[in-house]
Amino acid sequence: MTRYRFTAGCVAGAAAIALVLSGCAVGTGGAAGGDDADYDPDADLSGELSVMGFSGVDEVATSRVEYAEAELGDVEVELIEGDLDIQQFLSAVASGEPPELLYADRDQIGSLAARGAIIPLERCIDGEGIEMDQFRESAVEQVTLDGEVYGIPEFNQVQVTMANADLLSAAGVTIEDVNGSDRAAMTEANKALTKSDGGSLSVIGVDSKLPEFLPLWVAAAGGSLLSDDGKTASLDSQEAIDALTWAVGIYDDQGGFSQVKAFRDSADFFGEGNQFATNVLGAMPMEQWYINVLNEVSPDAPMAFDTVRTTSGEPIAFAGGSAWAIPSGTENAAAACRWAKAMTSVDAWRAAAEARLAVREEEGKPFTGILTGNSVADEEIRGMVTSGGEPWDSGIEAMYEANDHTVSLPANPADAEFEQAMQDAVNSVLNGEATPEEALAEAQESAQKALDEGWQTLEERASE
Amino acid sequence: MTSTAIRTGGGVADRHTATPEERERNRRRASRRNVWSAMLFLSPWIVGFLVFTAWPMIYSAYLSLTDYDVINDPNFVGLENYAQMATDPKVLLALGNTAFFTLVQVPLYVVVSLALALLLDRAGRASGFFRTVFFLPKMTPPVAVGVLFLLLFNGQNGLLNTVLGWFGIDGPAWTTDPAWVKPGLILMSLWTVGASVIILLAALRNVPNELYESAKLDGAGFWRTSFSITLPMISPALFFVIIVNTIAGLQTFDEAYTAFFGAGNTTYSNDAALFYVIYLFQQAFEFLNMGYASAMAWGLFVVIMIVTAIQLIVSRRFVYYEGDR
Repeated sequence: MTRYRFTAGCVAGAAAIALVLSGCAVGTGGAAGGDDADYDPDADLSGELSVMGFSGVDEVATSRVEYAEAELGDVEVELIEGDLDIQQFLSAVASGEPPELLYADRDQIGSLAARGAIIPLERCIDGEGIEMDQFRESAVEQVTLDGEVYGIPEFNQVQVTMANADLLSAAGVTIEDVNGSDRAAMTEANKALTKSDGGSLSVIGVDSKLPEFLPLWVAAAGGSLLSDDGKTASLDSQEAIDALTWAVGIYDDQGGFSQVKAFRDSADFFGEGNQFATNVLGAMPMEQWYINVLNEVSPDAPMAFDTVRTTSGEPIAFAGGSAWAIPSGTENAAAACRWAKAMTSVDAWRAAAEARLAVREEEGKPFTGILTGNSVADEEIRGMVTSGGEPWDSGIEAMYEANDHTVSLPANPADAEFEQAMQDAVNSVLNGEATPEEALAEAQESAQKALDEGWQTLEERASE
Repeated sequence: MTSTAIRTGGGVADRHTATPEERERNRRRASRRNVWSAMLFLSPWIVGFLVFTAWPMIYSAYLSLTDYDVINDPNFVGLENYAQMATDPKVLLALGNTAFFTLVQVPLYVVVSLALALLLDRAGRASGFFRTVFFLPKMTPPVAVGVLFLLLFNGQNGLLNTVLGWFGIDGPAWTTDPAWVKPGLILMSLWTVGASVIILLAALRNVPNELYESAKLDGAGFWRTSFSITLPMISPALFFVIIVNTIAGLQTFDEAYTAFFGAGNTTYSNDAALFYVIYLFQQAFEFLNMGYASAMAWGLFVVIMIVTAIQLIVSRRFVYYEGDR
């Protein structure tokens, strides 16, 4: 009898603990969506501002932080160290203790908005007087979901064609043959540039940078993987199939992606022994920041630069970058909004450019510019760029030209699933497991399913 | 009621002699006191188990029946997640990869561990040094092992292919060719055999010498001695190593994730390295499908339970415990 009483006691105790814990764990209620802050550019602000996801420590970051702190007056700013951990952020929002401000990649904004984790910024933009027309259209599209702006664009990233001029010359081709404007010519240039030694690759002719640059190659052919409203995937469009077939063919002509990737992985990407400096890579499209890396670690590398070009010869780049967003349930939205405005303002970017210029002059190196989501700031900073001589000046020229010709995918509520579907498709073709048609058809189905579910959830939430 | 005179150091004292009922009552009281004392000492573990193991398991079982994205309240969907698992091609792919990895890696791991333990058993004074050497890699963080894998097994410039080249062998692209990714990861997993080696070595040292001496007198050779004495006597340790490594194999994650899905491979991934727990992690922490991920976790739990149960049943025939009749 005693044993039964004891057992019953244990079970009751466990149940009680479980009950208490369940009270802790369930029913956080998700996002507190209301935004009742007063946004006024002349208001004196106070309180605390914790910022998640922003870990910039260089002069471009610190100079703007100083500027923003001055704009915020008595607000106590805390920068939470480290890159953004989405799960940590969502848990913080769900538990009712979100940071006041979030710094995220622009392609994360759609999903966060759809989940109710961040708030629309219409009141913030109007109240603080943020001049959205200064921001690049492609950047704003990436933070706009269902007609509502959820983020203030910050940095911008674009791609530039980078090539080894010596290898191009030795192979009898030019930068125009590898900038994407003529895909047949690029295929032939790749064959001419590629070299093998004893059956193993010794020079990568062209790296078409799959899977990440498929959207760029599709856009360069006039297509898009997603409709403008972010609701309809077109991963199986003819432009996508053609682009994937061609870009994979670039690898196939070099012995397959497996060979190219193994060779690429063995390179000292950020060091003196990078692929261009060691003459083992003919050409590739790459984000603009790599120009700075190359200039820094291998200033004598025989580089040639151009924009990536559409099949009709026009410059094109696929924009990426970061943005500021305000979490749901934040306690100091007014300060968060002021911070986002300050950090992305022309004045802040000017301060950043001056700080970077001073550092570069001290090092005896050229100032190669900063790309932002703010076109007015870009124009001003471009005027501050100093010459590094050729070929670097051409690289910076190409970078700014690309920045003026950006496209992007619109925000959508299933961006992670959409991207995964696209990457899975490309990877399965690269790994020889499917044809481009098969892989993209499967990707289309799963991406569209994820989009439909995401939009449906969003609509249900809106109607609650 | 009876009384007994007891002689003590100071004289004679009367002591009440308990009846059987009283003795039983006293025994129960003492027993209860012991139980409560034991519970008191065990309570930190019990609380820890309830809070950090039992409750999360119960809660994840509940979540597996919901659609849950961390931020919004769980939405009950019944068995939908389990039904989706059955039709998700990636679940089947991940299960196949995991099964292949476990079926090949565990026997290889055990054989290599045993071979090294046998060598160490005969190493004499140097045994201590080599024990440390073999165990050191076990201290290496799995993430570092994943990065190391990419360097050592690189098809173009990796150390492994360089060494194979000395013997005229053109090594494969271990890290990029889908056909060679899993064999490469299996080979790399042997890096951490140290712990199993130590366990098997301890078991080998516990085999009574008299058994070997008797066998020798009876004319038994190396193989006969190994199969009739060594293996049966260390079979409990072998069984432990097999069980633990089977479970670890079914849950393999760190090295493969770092090498093929981590920061250096944010876009390119190789389906050949998509193990079950990696896919579960992606669903949970990349797509925030916590309900589906919970269902996947319970699916894996069931698989591990079944595999372990089979191993336990089979062990009755092959594992020898000295205490058994």
